[in-house]
Amino acid sequence: MKTTIRIGCGAGFSGDRLDPAVILAEKGELDYLVLECLAERTIALAQKRKMQDPTKGYDPLLERRMEALLPVLKKNKVRLISNMGAANPVAAAEVVCQLAKKLHLNVTVAAVTGDNVFTQLTGVEVALETGQPIRASGQLLSANAYMGTDAILPALATGADIIITGRVADPSLVVSPLVHEFGWSLENFEQVGQATVIGHLMECAGQLCGGYFADPGKKDVPDMANLGHPFVDVSSDGNAVFGKVAGTGGIINLATVKEQLLYEVMDPSQYFTPDVVADFTQVRLQEIGPDQVLATGGRGQIRPDTLKVSVGYQAGYIGEGEISYAGTNALARAQLAGETIRKRLEGQLQDLRVDYIGCTSAHRTAFGHYLEPYEIRLRVAGKAATAAQAALVGEEVEALYTNGPAGGGGARKYLHEVVGIVSVLMPREKVVPAVTLFRS
Amino acid sequence: MKKKLYDIAHSRAGDKGNTLTLSLIPYKEEYYPLLLSQVTAGAVKKHLSKVVAGEVSRYELPNLPALLFVCQQALSGGVTTSLTMDTHGKTLSYALLEMEIEV
Repeated sequence: MKTTIRIGCGAGFSGDRLDPAVILAEKGELDYLVLECLAERTIALAQKRKMQDPTKGYDPLLERRMEALLPVLKKNKVRLISNMGAANPVAAAEVVCQLAKKLHLNVTVAAVTGDNVFTQLTGVEVALETGQPIRASGQLLSANAYMGTDAILPALATGADIIITGRVADPSLVVSPLVHEFGWSLENFEQVGQATVIGHLMECAGQLCGGYFADPGKKDVPDMANLGHPFVDVSSDGNAVFGKVAGTGGIINLATVKEQLLYEVMDPSQYFTPDVVADFTQVRLQEIGPDQVLATGGRGQIRPDTLKVSVGYQAGYIGEGEISYAGTNALARAQLAGETIRKRLEGQLQDLRVDYIGCTSAHRTAFGHYLEPYEIRLRVAGKAATAAQAALVGEEVEALYTNGPAGGGGARKYLHEVVGIVSVLMPREKVVPAVTLFRS
Repeated sequence: MKKKLYDIAHSRAGDKGNTLTLSLIPYKEEYYPLLLSQVTAGAVKKHLSKVVAGEVSRYELPNLPALLFVCQQALSGGVTTSLTMDTHGKTLSYALLEMEIEV
């Protein structure tokens, strides 16, 4: 048995860059490569793609990522674990096998399923966010349970080169190879808690290496265009040293690791996953070399009896319109345009929002540092039950060309369908994971 | 002397549904007691009154050291259904850093 396992994380979201994962697989001396590609809403959108075409519903970048990675993974004997299966892990596994065949590579791909619990919903389950039955939110589209390490372990046990899942908890992608390799007990919640800290630090990939961190002059990050993604060396006692491939851009230090440790955390003493209720409050971080941080002290308590289920529902349509005003009195002209649109659309939409980009659009205020900019972009957004009603927003903004204040230009309009997300809890025994193997 | 939090600490925003999370990490450990005493949940709620409609909770992490603020009803509905420009609320870490404290 190995005493240290090295795991890299080559993607932190579905649209992440392609090359850092290839660099990790090529030069990172990895045992495992993880690609985390599912956000809360991504899977509901994937379910919609699957409804339109039963052979789709996996990550849209799957083919491009795997085409670049397969030869390198095979050459360096790196196993891949990814949730790129999204709504359709089986179709994703088949696609990867076809790609491997084309590249004349022998690979075994395991699809992990069981997270789709849509048929088990009755509609009366109470949404955690609203306190209302989920059917009150709108027409239900999808329901995916967050599965954990216990769902991924059987796939690892098959020896498959590539493991493709649907909805699993992000840290579990990293916890599972550790448990598999070191033979840790899933009942050892202290150890699984530390493993979950490691997984949480890794799951956003580039963010650990100074991505989403730089603030010039204050928090500088070298060579951001070549930002590396992280790997972690975990020893069998759970100690973890984070690092990145030499020569890649970015930085790993106490500040980058602290930002990531607390990212998207609610109560740091109770971080719920399917594997454990992890405790981040006793974590100790230490810089032990350039771009090397040691993390110890993650703990945890018994895993929850219920699993979180993300429920997607049809939430209507959002229409948007934008137009620019510039030069003297630009803000006043933009405000007149905004007020005109408000009057025109009053009572026709479920909700309407007017933003003055360059002034108060991001923070909803300017905290007293208000300066009139040289140019302003008016942005109007509205929500409606039908596409036609939502489209009125863009149409009205465009109509400012001949009917609005002076000097408006560069109008654009957008319309998109909205998938809303609410969460419910489900007894974990109702979620039954399964593994299907495919060979190229 | 009044200073912006920006001068002494850094922050990252995160989102969970309609909830905004904001870390607050001092550049130097010696600033942590200052943050602890002045950047209370109430002070943050007041500072972000145009952003946060619900409760603000504060968690202390003396080991790092750092603070974490969890702000309810702060994302105008959340990622998919919000009409705001920044549906994740990702820019809001810098809204927190606009807050001033006595140093």
